[in-house]
Amino acid sequence: MKNETRVNLIKQGAIWAFIVVELIFFSVAGEFLSVSDKAFMNFDNMLLLLKQSAPIGIIALGMTIVMINGNIDLSVGATFALAAIVLLDSMTWPFMEALGNWAIPLAWFFALTTGVVLGAINGLIVWKTGVDAFIVTLGSMLGFRGLVFMYNGEQPTSHLNWTLVDFAEAQFLGLHTATWFLLGAALLLWLLMTKTVHGRNAYAIGNNRDAAVNAGIRVGPHFLWNFMLIGFLAALSAVVFYSESGSVNPNDGMLYELWAITAVVLGGTKLSGGYGSIVSTLGGVIAIQLLRKGLGHIGADTETVNLVIGLILIAVLFLDRQLNRKGKEELRT
Amino acid sequence: MAELTKKGLAGFLARQGILVAFAVFMIAFAVANPRFIDIDNVFGVIRSSAILGVMALGVTFVVIGGNLDLSVGSMMSFSTIVVLDLHDKIGPALAIPSMFAMTMALGAFIGILVGYLKLNSLIVTLGMLSAIHGLTLTYSGGKNMDIADKEGTWFAVFGQGSVAGVPMPILMFAALAIVLSIVLSKTPFGRKVYAVGGNGIAATFSGVPRARVVFMTYLVSSFCVATAGLIQASRSMGSQNTVGQGLELEVLAAVILGGASLLGGAGTIFKTVIGVLILGFIQNGLLLMGLAFYAQYVVTWIIIILAVWLDIAAKRGALWSRIA
Amino acid sequence: MTDKTPALRLEGIVKTFPGVRALDGVSFTVMPGEVHALMGENGAGKSTLMKVLGGILAPNEGQIFIEEQPTIMSSPMNAKEKGVVFIHQELSLADELTVAENIFLGELPRKSFGRVDWTTLYDQTNAILKTLNVGFDAKKRVGDLSIANQQMVEIARALTVEPRAVIFDEPTASLTDAEKVVLFKVIEDLQSRGVGVIYISHRMEEIFKITDRISVLRDGQYRGTLNTSETNEEEVTQLMIGRTLDLSRAEVTHETGEVALEVRSLSCGELFEDVSFTVRRGEVVGFYGLVGAGRTEIAETLFGLREPSSGTIHLSGEEVRIHSPADAIRRGISLVPEDRKGQGLILGMNCRDNMTLPQVSNLTAGPFVSDGAEVAIFDQYRDKLDIRTPGWRQTVGNLSGGNQQKIVIGKWLSMHPEVLIVDEPTRGIDVGSKSEIHNLIRELAAQGYAVIVISSEMPEVLHVSDRIIAMFAGKVMREFTADEVTEDSLIQAISGIKPDKVA
Repeated sequence: MKNETRVNLIKQGAIWAFIVVELIFFSVAGEFLSVSDKAFMNFDNMLLLLKQSAPIGIIALGMTIVMINGNIDLSVGATFALAAIVLLDSMTWPFMEALGNWAIPLAWFFALTTGVVLGAINGLIVWKTGVDAFIVTLGSMLGFRGLVFMYNGEQPTSHLNWTLVDFAEAQFLGLHTATWFLLGAALLLWLLMTKTVHGRNAYAIGNNRDAAVNAGIRVGPHFLWNFMLIGFLAALSAVVFYSESGSVNPNDGMLYELWAITAVVLGGTKLSGGYGSIVSTLGGVIAIQLLRKGLGHIGADTETVNLVIGLILIAVLFLDRQLNRKGKEELRT
Repeated sequence: MAELTKKGLAGFLARQGILVAFAVFMIAFAVANPRFIDIDNVFGVIRSSAILGVMALGVTFVVIGGNLDLSVGSMMSFSTIVVLDLHDKIGPALAIPSMFAMTMALGAFIGILVGYLKLNSLIVTLGMLSAIHGLTLTYSGGKNMDIADKEGTWFAVFGQGSVAGVPMPILMFAALAIVLSIVLSKTPFGRKVYAVGGNGIAATFSGVPRARVVFMTYLVSSFCVATAGLIQASRSMGSQNTVGQGLELEVLAAVILGGASLLGGAGTIFKTVIGVLILGFIQNGLLLMGLAFYAQYVVTWIIIILAVWLDIAAKRGALWSRIA
Repeated sequence: MTDKTPALRLEGIVKTFPGVRALDGVSFTVMPGEVHALMGENGAGKSTLMKVLGGILAPNEGQIFIEEQPTIMSSPMNAKEKGVVFIHQELSLADELTVAENIFLGELPRKSFGRVDWTTLYDQTNAILKTLNVGFDAKKRVGDLSIANQQMVEIARALTVEPRAVIFDEPTASLTDAEKVVLFKVIEDLQSRGVGVIYISHRMEEIFKITDRISVLRDGQYRGTLNTSETNEEEVTQLMIGRTLDLSRAEVTHETGEVALEVRSLSCGELFEDVSFTVRRGEVVGFYGLVGAGRTEIAETLFGLREPSSGTIHLSGEEVRIHSPADAIRRGISLVPEDRKGQGLILGMNCRDNMTLPQVSNLTAGPFVSDGAEVAIFDQYRDKLDIRTPGWRQTVGNLSGGNQQKIVIGKWLSMHPEVLIVDEPTRGIDVGSKSEIHNLIRELAAQGYAVIVISSEMPEVLHVSDRIIAMFAGKVMREFTADEVTEDSLIQAISGIKPDKVA
């Protein structure tokens, strides 16, 4: 029993230990290799890092819940792009322009609703057809991307609203707007997953779906809610990011699903569902962003980031397996 | 028992749904636009599907063996870049086998991780998607790759040549499909792939070397990817680092459309070919109808969901699921 | 009992599926405070009846009464609300969650904003755990509990309502004898609280130990109810299968030959230690012991699935090292594993392909698998083992348990092994097929195979073995010949009591 507690501690602490190692490594290596004179552990640098973590991070939080639930969502990148287009395009509609700055909350509302609706489509299909979420969202990844292109062809959609840009670039208590959204979302979702019946049921369903069904938990509607939630978060991520950038290409958000899943897995959430935590995912997100920035800091090509992250993901999987092995007593299957 | 006793039209539809859908679909498009079944058009479609198709053949092995391969897209970019680069350095005759060896080394690496170390294939190949992309960029220094003397090489034959009027990519796709179909359905190795995917533990208990079989499926997959990379490189004679990006999911879509179960143990090469052709002809049919290329995304989405849904419903006997 | 209101009464329940009349007018009554056994072969309709009772299936005809009130069960939850709860054979728990969360799965107490009311949750859980008298905490993670304690969690779950009838479905399948005692105590408690208990099991000894009455189903029909104290195993079996069954030891006269397998001081970590034994040709050696005594692990080591930490294995006098199942098969060792569906068969494959899987690499014409050779093998062993299937194309998952087991046995016989290990040969197999498989094992020995049978059922071990090796906690306690063994001495040996210490 003692051993199990220890393994659990290692698992939960691992991602934070990894972040510390990264910080030390890049600070030290930066002294010798850095192309810039600035220290890596610079305060502004760290603030910026958090801000840059936000777009993938917010999506990864939603992915954590969907994966704890025993599902997966491959369509978040496309949802992200479509919500961004709705956000920027809606502000150019005549009646919206007439509203002045009041158009901003309305545009946000439209974008977020788009995300919720797309999520609901996924959730409904998973619920009503019984088709595996991997296949459903693989399909809607293509389908939603098709909708993105249909909206505005292959042209980028642009609209800069300076009030919005000011808001997005603002810093409150030192943290950027995007960071606040990331941390706020993390806090709310942490409460959701640890304190509420909905959250506990999500663990139960992912852990043992038959048991949950037998216990009378309505699994289908539960899935629907969580897909709507991740749709909402993908849209929220788009809203936060494009409020500042003001221009979206139809290919934006591609491979975001893979980045988000990478962050979630680094955080230790089980692919099979039933185990994982929001806080660890936050750690996973920060670890990836640190890696990107750190490699840049020590002068490595940006290309190597992909290589390193891919290998780290596999290494994490390998270590996790070693931790869970029963040693020599295991069957040689 | 239900499957055996269900005879007649309904049973046939349930079992061969994908073929029926394909036929209905072809007839509908042909009626709407006769040019659709013009021989040139048909060849054109198959030719442009060949790269996707060749990759899908290999992924079929992996999926029947009970695993996933999300790395084929970036692996294809890798092989394309490598063969183009080596072409100018050591000549095509040496470049091609070198590229195959390097690509299959990557496949072997994945095979060791998933087969012998028993790591989850979704995450491993997700990681490899990223890692191989990084490898490709490091190899090329992020630059596009081009063959310097495009006229003075026989390298173009794989992508642009033809035999007796049939384009080479089609011939290669067809030949590979036939060979791999025989391997899968007629040889002991093929049987073991089904066994390992159907129930890996029971296969082990029957003396089937699970790890080696899984390893081999990834080797087959990487061989197919290398072939696809060869066709791609030869067709374009130059390439970007991201030429295969996103293909992994389209490939998977074709395999699933063909009816291979993601749980493993089910599927055939023939059905995968049908899945590939459906995707190809949808795209083409929609283009002929004057729709933009992206309309196919939406149609593909609907078709995949419908196909899998009907397949599940046929096994379950009810169209509407009641997951509580 | 007649003056009391029945806890549960079924009246003329009919359930049809396309082409099958799964339940054909089943009626029976469970009184409060009684333990009522429900028996029948697999396919007799027990599980369909339970699904009707549990609200998973709606009956076509008939009526369920709870305390004489006509009742319709619309879902498992609905059945539970009405006081009918199930303890399933397969544990249905979320092992990452706590004991309390599992017990109140689907009905966690709520506060405002959908928050879990932890205080109430733990208070109620502790109250229930107290009545069950168990030694674990409400906050413990279920995955860290033993199987027996997990079953207690399952039972605790049934007690979150005031139950009128509790149905136990093969509850002792994975319990040790000591754990069974605790379970029977719980059933007794329920009984004294006036709850009606339905007890489903294949194990006669348990049935006769704890039940008051026995109802029997056959072919979807109700065949009658007997008072346990007034009947015996033969009568019940006859009612179940419609004929008498010979339960005595099948005598096949044969000579035992030379030693086929010899194991010398074999150990594997903490799983088993210093195990030595021999098996001769033409002999059945039974391994008997509790779950976890190390029997299956010995078989897995012999089959190359585990690496022994010390000791040697000798086949026909020659020392061998076995590194993989493929190695074992090549050397003539075969294993019919305990988990038929998980380890023995590929359920989605057809009968023939399952049977020929270990030797498919050898059944070739050129590089291809020879269809003819495969079908020939299948036909030969289908006839030899009397496997009832419409044809080799039939998917194995669609066969009955007995026929599935014969496919696994056929798979190994077709390899002509030297040593055949059969682990739990009749687990989950109905009474009729059981005796067929027992006879088959005796016949194989008569044909000169060296056979090892591992079983948790004492009648089975006594029935088929020439010699019995009793194991306890990874060690061989004692070896018996068929003539000298008695039930008492066997039970003592597997409980860790050495013969010389018996007073």
